[in-house]
Order: sequence, then C-alpha cells, then structure tokens
Amino acid sequence: MKLNLKIWRQEDAKDKGGFQNYKVDGIDGDMSFLEMLDVLNNTLVEEGVDPVEFDHDCREGICGSCSLQINGEPHGPDRRVTTCQLHMRKFKDGDDIVIEPFRATAFPVIKDLVIDRSAFDRIQHAGGYISVNTSGNTQDANSIPIEKDNADDSFYAATCIGCGACVAACKNASAMLFTAAKVSQFALLPQGEVEAHERVLSMVNQMDKEGFGNCTNTGACEIECPKGISLENIARLNREYLGASFSG
Amino acid sequence: MAGISKTSIARKFAMALSGLFLVLFLAQHFTINFTSVVSPSTFNEISHFMGTNFVVQAILQPILILGVVFHFIMGFVLDIRNRKARSVSYAKFNGGSNSSWMSRNMIISGSVVLLFLGLHFYDFWIPELVHKYVESHPDDPTRYYNETVAKFTGDPIRTGLYALSFSFLMLHLLHGFASSFQSVGFNNMYSKALKVFTKAFAIVIPMGFVFIAIFHYFNNL
Repeated sequence: MKLNLKIWRQEDAKDKGGFQNYKVDGIDGDMSFLEMLDVLNNTLVEEGVDPVEFDHDCREGICGSCSLQINGEPHGPDRRVTTCQLHMRKFKDGDDIVIEPFRATAFPVIKDLVIDRSAFDRIQHAGGYISVNTSGNTQDANSIPIEKDNADDSFYAATCIGCGACVAACKNASAMLFTAAKVSQFALLPQGEVEAHERVLSMVNQMDKEGFGNCTNTGACEIECPKGISLENIARLNREYLGASFSG
Repeated sequence: MAGISKTSIARKFAMALSGLFLVLFLAQHFTINFTSVVSPSTFNEISHFMGTNFVVQAILQPILILGVVFHFIMGFVLDIRNRKARSVSYAKFNGGSNSSWMSRNMIISGSVVLLFLGLHFYDFWIPELVHKYVESHPDDPTRYYNETVAKFTGDPIRTGLYALSFSFLMLHLLHGFASSFQSVGFNNMYSKALKVFTKAFAIVIPMGFVFIAIFHYFNNL
C-alpha cells in the first residue's frame, strides 16, 4: 500500500519545528506502524536525509517507549495497543497519516518524535516504591492474605507501562491516570499501607510541580490507555489524597 | 493540610463540591418554579416565603452567591492552567474518538450559563432588589406570579434565550454532575446507577425550566 505521511520534524529542543510530507510505498498490512517508519527511514538514509527519530525498544507492547500521536490519537486508531502493536492493516491504500509527538508542556520534544518523559520518572521517584529492607529477613509474600479483588485491582494498576498516552489523550495534558495507577498498585496492598499517606502527598505534589494539567474526568485517558487502566484508579487517588491531607 | 488548597486534586474537589451545591439549588429552584405551572397561588406563597424569610435572605442567599462566584472563577482558573499544560497544540486532535463533546467543552457551556445568569439577574433579581429596597413598596404576597409570567408574555426572544441557555445547562450537567462524584472519589459498584440518575437529572431539570418558560409564553398569547 502507498501512504502519504505528514511528520513532525524538529532538530532539537530549541528548534521551532514543522511538518514534512513524505510518501512511502510497498507497505504491507501485516507490518507494524514502527516497521512502516523503518521503511521510510531506510529510504531517507539512502537519499542522504536525516532519518525520522522516534522512541522504541521492546516492540511488543511492554516497555512503554513508543509513543506518537497518529491522526489525532495516541498510539493511533486502534484500542488497547501501543504504536509498536498497531498494524498497518488499520489503514487503507492512499491514506494521509499525520504523525506528531505526544504534546504536553511537561513532555518537551527532544528531536522529531522523541519526547522527554522523565517527568514520569520524577513522579515515580517521589514515592512510587516501598521502603522495605529486602536483605535477609523478608516475609514470604504468600503468608500475607490479601483479598482477591484488591490483589486483582492492584495488579491491573501495576500493568501501567508509563507510555504517556493518558497525558497525550487528555485535553488538559493531565497525568492523573499515570499517578493514580502508581499510587493504587501500592495503596491496595498491605505492604503499601505503611507509607500510603506520604506516598500520595509526595507523588501528587511532584505531578503538579511538573506542570501537568488538572483532570476534568473526560475519560479519554482510559479509552486511549494501551493497558486499559481504569478511571476507578483516579477516584481512588482522589480519596487517598484527600484522606491523607485531612488526616494531617 | 499545609498547601492542600494549591494542589490540582484539592481544586477539583472544591470545584466538585460547589457544583454539587449548585445542583441542589437547581433542584430546589425548579421545584418552586414548576408550581407556577400548576398553582399560581402556591407559587406566590412559596416565592413570598423565599423573598421574606430571614434565613433564606440573610444566610442562604449569600452562600448561594458565593457558591456561584466561586464555581465560575475556579472554572476559568482551571481552564487557563490546563491550557498552559499544553503549550504547543496538536495539528490534529481527534478528541471525539475518546470523549464526549460535553466533557471537552465545559468552559463553553459554563460561559453560556454565566451569560444567562446576567440576563436572569437583570430580569428578576435586580427588579426584586429595587422593589424591596429602593422603591420600598409595601409587602404584596400576590405579586410574584404576575411578575414572572410578564417576563415571557409576548416576548419570544427572551423565551428563546431562556430555552437556549437551559439547553447549554443540560450539556454542562450531562458531564459535570457525574464528574463531581468522580472528583470526590466516589467510583464503585453504585456508579453506573448514579450515572443514570445524573443523566436523567441533567435532562429533566433544564428541560423542565424550558417547559416552564414556553408554557408561560404560549399560555399568555
């Protein structure tokens, strides 16, 4: 299939950037979206043009590296997939495809389609862990009974890969779903209860410092999340945060 | 507690509480107004009580005005902050694929409601203040029905503006009412039923107001 691509090109963080039009040919429906970009980049390299920079790593929907706003949607038109899992059969011969980096003030562009998502790392560093000394005398995990529903919800929250699609999809560029998932995965387990108050206060504080927007419950994040992280986690984050704030 | 008022979650919590308070007021306002359709004397009786009762006038009314002002100011503050969170816009943003128009345009529907409040104050609140405190007319418990109906009699433009404004209020509530519960942390097994209730409320109450305006317009042709 032949495609008309309109891709955001930006030399570096200081460059103003702009769109460039490209045509690619010989694209197979079974290729992934990233493989389609590989085809384009091979052509560009052969022509002596700088290839389009984009993030990728595992290419199997686990690492959360790939991003891309494709035709106005993070990870493209398919649901519950990352860009590396998006197949070209979702497009038709002759389609125009607009490819942009995820846009948020807290996710500055590094080059072309590569963005700096270290704001997520800093939120995680602010409290997304358990301070347990694991050298020697840790209790066997199976000896701590946990309700099935809580274990399941915690597991689902922990499937967040931190790709940033929630921020990209939100009209306010809010990081509430990411932060909510990271808080929820610990809040639901006894191991996380000890530091629950400090964790939620610290992580929300860091989220605000990074310049993300306010959540207005549009639900776009849940729809576009490749792992389907539920809005219930945001409600839980609100409860945890308000509880921690009012309890001193 | 320190610094809670400055955080994003606290702001949306405050926004949600003020919104829920205004929803309660709306239900009460609709109940009173609807009596003008079924029983003018009851409408006069309740309106006179509301207009002369000390608790309503000196305590509840200022709280209501404070709630309205807070809700609108906070709405604009949040909108400005949210726009800053995406300094470079998308060339293509397909918001309709993952969220409702109402949820993405609360600032538009809210602004229309704010403009409507200006008209509503001009129509009813200011004349009431002038009647009571400027011109100091003697107490007349029978005047309210006639004064209300007179606003819509022979005035299709005003009636149309009221209908249009309440349609935008419906759009605002279709997202805002259910969203308030999510903001205060309420999302559980009862949320589906609650969403049905909030959607029904969001349609029935504003459309009820539209019905009242149109009823008085056609009833006095």
